[in-house]
Amino acid sequence: MEQDWIWGLVGGVMIGTAGAVLLLANGRIMGASGIFGGLIDRSGWSTAKERIAFLIAVMVFPLAIYPLYGSVDTHLTDNYWIIIIAGLLVGLGTRTANGCTSGHGVCGISRFSFRGIMATVVYIVAGGFTISIARHVLGLI
Amino acid sequence: MRYFYSILSGALFGIGLTVSGMIDTTKVQGWLDVFGDWDPTLAFVMGGAIIPMSIAWMLTKKLGKPLAGGEFPEPTEPFVDRSLIIGSTMFGMGWALVGLCPGPSFASIAINGIGGLVFIAAMTGGMLLAPRLKNYLDAGTA
Repeated sequence: MEQDWIWGLVGGVMIGTAGAVLLLANGRIMGASGIFGGLIDRSGWSTAKERIAFLIAVMVFPLAIYPLYGSVDTHLTDNYWIIIIAGLLVGLGTRTANGCTSGHGVCGISRFSFRGIMATVVYIVAGGFTISIARHVLGLI
Repeated sequence: MRYFYSILSGALFGIGLTVSGMIDTTKVQGWLDVFGDWDPTLAFVMGGAIIPMSIAWMLTKKLGKPLAGGEFPEPTEPFVDRSLIIGSTMFGMGWALVGLCPGPSFASIAINGIGGLVFIAAMTGGMLLAPRLKNYLDAGTA
């Protein structure tokens, strides 16, 4: 739809503000894979409560605005095999690379981090190849 | 206060991901699918997010210390290793297959049904395996 880019920009500013709050107030980088991953592999247990508070807020607050949309459809595939493979790759990849779209992308690019910029270029190019092959060559998704 | 700020940040992050359309997997896959029906929304989201975030990084120099205690994170070394490249490649592949990355997988957990929970469970499994892969990659060439 034509107005999608406006809402993208508005939502993007909110995401960036979220990252600004966590950095300026708590001195933390807002990376979803790092905040969650630190709970999973115990590396972040000393700050477990802050991490859990953040994640619960991420899960709960969107519920407040769903009624504005009537129905929200995320169009997630119902092919569980693809979901499992994708989830494994996302978990393994983000923790090996130390970041995902929020940490390397939003927070890293904003501080001109060479690692953040390189990671973002690599995952977007890898994603572009993957969807081109999986969708247009193999017809999987 | 640290918990208040964590919740405030999480709330803005979750609502921002929803408002921007980034919980919709077709918009994420549409951005990556340059040979299909290309969707530029993600670029606007990223651009919008970088504006306040780059101001925040500039403010860290003036503030010296975070408002609620602790220290600001040190700048990272400008050096790219195998872990960064191989990890990001794997992440990009998984991200493209279903159109979900870690943030949106939590922001849309309430409406993604079983599939969303299966994704987070598989992601958790991948995260448990990651230290082994990272150790192996880091051990090769430093």
